Amino acid sequence: MTLVADAPASGPAPEAPIEAFTVTLIIRRFDPDVDDEPRWQDFDVQMFATDRILDALHKIKWEQDGSLTFRRSCAHGICGSDAMRINGRNRLACKTLIKDLDITKPIYVEAIKGLPLEKDLIVDMDPFFESFRDVQPFLQAASVPPKGKERVQSVAERARFDDTTKCILCAACTSSCPVFWTDGQYFGPAAIVNAHRFIFDSRDDQAQTRLDILNDKEGVWRCRTTFNCTDACPRGIQVTQAIAEVKQAIMRGKP
Amino acid sequence: MATTIDSPRAPHTVRRNRGVNWEKWGWIYMRASGVVLLILIFGHLFVNLLVGDGISAIDFAFIGGKWSDPFWQVWDTLMLWLALIHGGNGMRTIVNDYATRPLTRKILLAGILVAVVAEIVLGTLVIYTFDPCPVGSPADLLPSFCPVNQ
Repeated sequence: MTLVADAPASGPAPEAPIEAFTVTLIIRRFDPDVDDEPRWQDFDVQMFATDRILDALHKIKWEQDGSLTFRRSCAHGICGSDAMRINGRNRLACKTLIKDLDITKPIYVEAIKGLPLEKDLIVDMDPFFESFRDVQPFLQAASVPPKGKERVQSVAERARFDDTTKCILCAACTSSCPVFWTDGQYFGPAAIVNAHRFIFDSRDDQAQTRLDILNDKEGVWRCRTTFNCTDACPRGIQVTQAIAEVKQAIMRGKP
Repeated sequence: MATTIDSPRAPHTVRRNRGVNWEKWGWIYMRASGVVLLILIFGHLFVNLLVGDGISAIDFAFIGGKWSDPFWQVWDTLMLWLALIHGGNGMRTIVNDYATRPLTRKILLAGILVAVVAEIVLGTLVIYTFDPCPVGSPADLLPSFCPVNQ
């Protein structure tokens, strides 16, 4: 017997060329040196279904208009730099695929709302981080761990605040909140989420302090339970539920 | 000259924490009164519109009869107070959310307060000073227990 390699009738089937679409993006531009107020500008780009809005922005910046300004860093949904309003919803540009949008119509892209607009898609994030700092988002333990060991935490104790550890501080939730849009004092969902992460941490001892901070006139009671934040969160955090848990902890007087 | 777009939000001021936390109690009140109002309002609608002759039974005598019964006096008073404060607090919330100019806010809030207080006072007054048998009225319009009908 000889091994006869059957010559394949044809090589591997030639792959069909991937279909590209012309996608229209309408981007809200603002150049503080030229414009008096933001204006909408449209761009046509050739995109594949698997491309993301961030790729479209890159194509525009690299091939059509280098002045388009936006933030992005890791481009993989972790750094939280490129939250923007895409077709009226707060999304990460790097996690929004062309195929998930209706490309028969133009795609509207603008900066997140409620924070001062600096240029194109860039906003001043300072007020956002100010609220974040106000809730003391760091471990404050009164006890010393056993010598040479770590503080022990059970699986259930860890699971209690697991959801809120996922926050990447992209501000998609906070800038989707209609109360935050106008009220300069409201902490906003992201700050409450990060307070929740420590309030319900069994190793932390300053839960009461954070509950007192959030029991403010401008604290959790400002929340109107519109669920915009839960819908906006690119990490799937149940933001409104976390806020509700903080409200209940305040009413109970303990986590 | 660079254009600076104003911050869309009111300026950030120092947080202060003192006195009774009205916002918290307001929040709790809205939930508690909401549950009670569900029972009161649907009970009210059921008794007035569905029981017996239904809506065609409503006339002066029907209301007069109801308000001579302490049970319905208390029911309607509770409904009046809870609903008006609930509604007023809701309106206050909306004003706080959307009226950014301090003067506009003050005027609107004062308007809401005046309306709520006036309606509560008038409503309560009517419920407890209501005369089901006004003198000189035709007997067929009055409740059956009025002296004219006996």
